[in-house]
Amino acid sequence: MIEAKNLVKKYGDTVALDGVSFAFEKGSVYGFLGPNGAGKSTTMNILTGCLAATEGEVTVNGYDIYADAKMAKSFIGYLPEQPPLYADMTPVEYLLYVGRAKGLRGETLYREVDEVIRRTSLLKVRDRLIKNLSKGYKQRVGIAQAIVGDPEIIILDEPTVGLDPKQIIEIRNLIADLGREHTVILSSHILSEISEVCDYVVIISDGRIVASDTVENLRSVIDGTKIVNLDVKCKSSQAEAVLTQLVDIKHFEVHKKGAGVVSAKVEMSGTADVREQIFFAFAEAKYPIVSMSIEEASLESIFLRITSDSKEKKNKKYKISSVKTEGNNTDLGESEGKE
Amino acid sequence: MFNQYVKELKSSFHNMTAALYISLILVFTGIFTTVYNLMGRYPTFEYALFQTILIFLIAVPVLTMRSFADEKALKTDTLLYSLPVGMTKIVMGKFLALVSINAISVLIVSLYPIVFSFYGKINFLMTYSNILAYFLLGCALISIGMFISSLTESVVLSAVSTLGALLLVYFVDVIALLIPGDPWMSLICFIVVALALGALVYVYMKSIIIASSVGGVLAVGAVVFYVLKKDLFAGLFPSMLEKLDIFGILNNFLMGIFDLPAIVYLVSVTVLFVFMTVRSMEKKRWS
Repeated sequence: MIEAKNLVKKYGDTVALDGVSFAFEKGSVYGFLGPNGAGKSTTMNILTGCLAATEGEVTVNGYDIYADAKMAKSFIGYLPEQPPLYADMTPVEYLLYVGRAKGLRGETLYREVDEVIRRTSLLKVRDRLIKNLSKGYKQRVGIAQAIVGDPEIIILDEPTVGLDPKQIIEIRNLIADLGREHTVILSSHILSEISEVCDYVVIISDGRIVASDTVENLRSVIDGTKIVNLDVKCKSSQAEAVLTQLVDIKHFEVHKKGAGVVSAKVEMSGTADVREQIFFAFAEAKYPIVSMSIEEASLESIFLRITSDSKEKKNKKYKISSVKTEGNNTDLGESEGKE
Repeated sequence: MFNQYVKELKSSFHNMTAALYISLILVFTGIFTTVYNLMGRYPTFEYALFQTILIFLIAVPVLTMRSFADEKALKTDTLLYSLPVGMTKIVMGKFLALVSINAISVLIVSLYPIVFSFYGKINFLMTYSNILAYFLLGCALISIGMFISSLTESVVLSAVSTLGALLLVYFVDVIALLIPGDPWMSLICFIVVALALGALVYVYMKSIIIASSVGGVLAVGAVVFYVLKKDLFAGLFPSMLEKLDIFGILNNFLMGIFDLPAIVYLVSVTVLFVFMTVRSMEKKRWS
């Protein structure tokens, strides 16, 4: 569908992208995640042919983005970081212009523009000048521009920046909706957004892909240790006595919570769920557990760990199983072992 | 291309640059026509018309300043790059829109000789070939302005640089007078131009080897020619400079000569700068 091979982008001596490769399939939502300046926008600009890579190539359905630019670009709808809007046009005029540029004509053009306006909820403002629209509406016109003409691949660079929470939810629903029939690639530094919308996450740091997997796999592979939080009606010493008997526990902390209740933070040693063991152990000792919950590694912690790891241990391999990326890309991160 | 053309034409009228351009041209041709033809009873319209070409120096930068600089400043150029439309078509669409605005003012101006013909004898062939030359001059200047606009992200800088460039072209015949006709003076000028071209190549391609070889080959070539044919170099550079004066090139038309080489020259300049605009926009992709 859309494939990038060994993309390298240099601005003078600064290396913005350093050997980025991936292949995305149809019907999924892919998320690029990374700190500011990691190379997300550069990657997207290269994917859409707005920027030429110093090395490497991008093919869309087999068409090279430069050699067969017209064909390749006809499969792509792109919303750049800053929506490319003409202030002195109305959304309808603007979408008609973009639609014509994408090769739509006559009846189809008008039907398509109407459909896109409905989908992005622009009906209320369709005949107002874009310069008079609020940021949220402008962003929606930008998204409308990307999806007009029903392209197979929709690339959105930070699509929810500057929107209010209600609009963010609307846009997320729209993206999820689009993801059913299209390939949607979006970038964000908001982790909750990525984990909510995307099927696959590609984490970029310092111009390299440091991890690329499904959200669930990233969680389980990177952060094997799970933490169980529990509140028990007993004394601290009693809780400690019970917990030390258990085998599958690596580490625990107990502290008083008040009113005869202590809370314990238990770190598991393996991937096995020890909640049952904990429950029965306390039940046997007749100390009632009032609450127990498992804390899964948040995407935030994964993200921070990976991005800081990739900076610190540039020589170490970060081994993460890769789903949908190229076979030789399984050892993500430093396979070349560059200093 | 047509899509881009329509969009550009509309937006030029929305943001007033087209109106400003047309009114500047019409106000000054009006003033000069009134003074020369109506009050001075001068029978040739083209003399009045060619007095007003100085107005191009102000009007053209106004018209072309936004064409690409504005797109870059507002980051709408990413749309142009991501749409499945070639850059040549986009540039042509924009250029033709600007040419159409020029054509509107020229069409209005070309009604004047018809009005005059009610009151006296007008040599229509001569007048209209002058108006054609005037129109082509406008197109050539617009292509230069559009090219300069594609080099910068600032609308103001685009307008000021275009004004500067057009002033330079306008006074190039005077500048040519500054340079003595000695052969060695021409040689020095050619070497300076060769080195400047080398510097330009360096800015464009960032390769010191290509830049120095281009500059070097041209400079050495000039020296070799100088040694071989020293007589040719007498006054060569000033006379070549004079050829760059695309304003003065129309003098033959005023004398009633349909100067085909001048027409070809103007069209070539236009094509060259439109082409360079396409290259300059394409180049940004590779930055």
